Amino acid sequence: MTQLQSRPAAGREGINRRGSLEPRDPRSPRRSTAVALLLACATLITLDKTGGVLDPVRRVTGEVLGPAESAVSTVARPITSVPGWFHTRDGLKSRIADLQEQNAKLQEQVRTSDLDRNRLAEYDGLTRTAESIGYAVVPSRVIALGPAQSFHRTATIDAGSASGVRPDMTVVAAQGLVGRVLRVTSTTATVLLITDGDSTVGGRVGSSMKVGFVHGDSDLGDGGANQLELQLVDRSSIPRRGDTVVTWGSAKAAPYVSGVPIGQVTSAYASVRDSSTTAAIAPFVDFGALDLVGVVVPSGTSSDRAIIDADGRLKK
Amino acid sequence: MSGLLVAIGLILQVSLFDAFAWQGVVPNLVLMVVVAGALSRGGQAGMVLGFTAGLLMDLAPPADTVAGRWALALLVAGYVAGRFRQDTPTGRPSVTAVVATVATCSFVATSIFALTGMILQDPAIGFGEVLRVIGIGLFWDVLLTPLFLPVLLTLYARADAEARRA
Repeated sequence: MTQLQSRPAAGREGINRRGSLEPRDPRSPRRSTAVALLLACATLITLDKTGGVLDPVRRVTGEVLGPAESAVSTVARPITSVPGWFHTRDGLKSRIADLQEQNAKLQEQVRTSDLDRNRLAEYDGLTRTAESIGYAVVPSRVIALGPAQSFHRTATIDAGSASGVRPDMTVVAAQGLVGRVLRVTSTTATVLLITDGDSTVGGRVGSSMKVGFVHGDSDLGDGGANQLELQLVDRSSIPRRGDTVVTWGSAKAAPYVSGVPIGQVTSAYASVRDSSTTAAIAPFVDFGALDLVGVVVPSGTSSDRAIIDADGRLKK
Repeated sequence: MSGLLVAIGLILQVSLFDAFAWQGVVPNLVLMVVVAGALSRGGQAGMVLGFTAGLLMDLAPPADTVAGRWALALLVAGYVAGRFRQDTPTGRPSVTAVVATVATCSFVATSIFALTGMILQDPAIGFGEVLRVIGIGLFWDVLLTPLFLPVLLTLYARADAEARRA
């Protein structure tokens, strides 16, 4: 390697200021290349910032790399689930205690909730007749998560346009809202998580029915606590600790359908500076361990896989 | 070969290491491929490799960044790594030199990426948060350097030797 370097390459010599020939290392960066590449970066940034010129390129890249990501994720699932096996004895004990307590509480609730349930059934029937749009869910798995180095919270799921997924559809997990679909390829879709700094979801406080906007506070850490912020439109009302926040839904159910639980209020404070009420929300979904999610599609969507229909049945 | 390595690094980074992410930050394998390429082939090749690798990172799902930001960051990383190589022209760089190169490039690349993000408001993000992510990223990259860099450097050396023989 050293020999190759010290040997002056033919045709690559330059004339220096004193007018004599000077051998040039062919591997050292050339100024023209640097300038060209820097300009290319600037052009790309401008193009992408101003409009969706690069969307077809993104789509093609996704079509090629999506299946590979899907395959690696599937193969690696037994390995990546290893950290979940390790629990300390104390951890398990306290978990059992927690679950027993929760169980007791739930049983109590079940005993006292007959009346509530009957009333709820009535309301449910009412809603069903008033609103004939049922939702179905396309089940899919998360195959890639964007790194925090990119300062964005995005994920790739293994359902794409072939499964009936389109941009601006709601993505949910069993626990609650996950995000919305940004763009799709035939086999994958990119999802903007609600914890992303750019994400805004219309939210409603369950107990007071007050509406507001839930932002990701772009704190990229996992752990689940306080990753969201709720800003209420009505500045006089302060949500209580433990209140549940659900989506209030967008027009034509895109990008968010209504009534999906988002998270729980952990603290609320009124800001004097911009005279608004802000509440910290802990999301129900653990974004550090996202796996099985569902994309909400209109009932009757044709898909290459089984769809969980509005009545909870699996439909092919 | 570089292209294949970059693609493998990228796929592992988003699909495998996301399960081991520490506060969401994963080791930047693509950066390591760029550093290895620049260390064995020089700044010229490093810059081109950095640009292409960064562009792939910008475009491949699940990325949602403005395209060209990672390209710019890794382009500079490739250039910096190439400069490190010029400082150690005698054959294979020493272990400390490699670790120092990876650390510097990791810091420079994530910083440039964060800075462009601040300028473009993509998304608006706090300074403390940026420093934390840069710190953890640096730690990850240095931690995994002994695992990946020797393999990558050997691969490049072998490919170069074969190219010379041909």
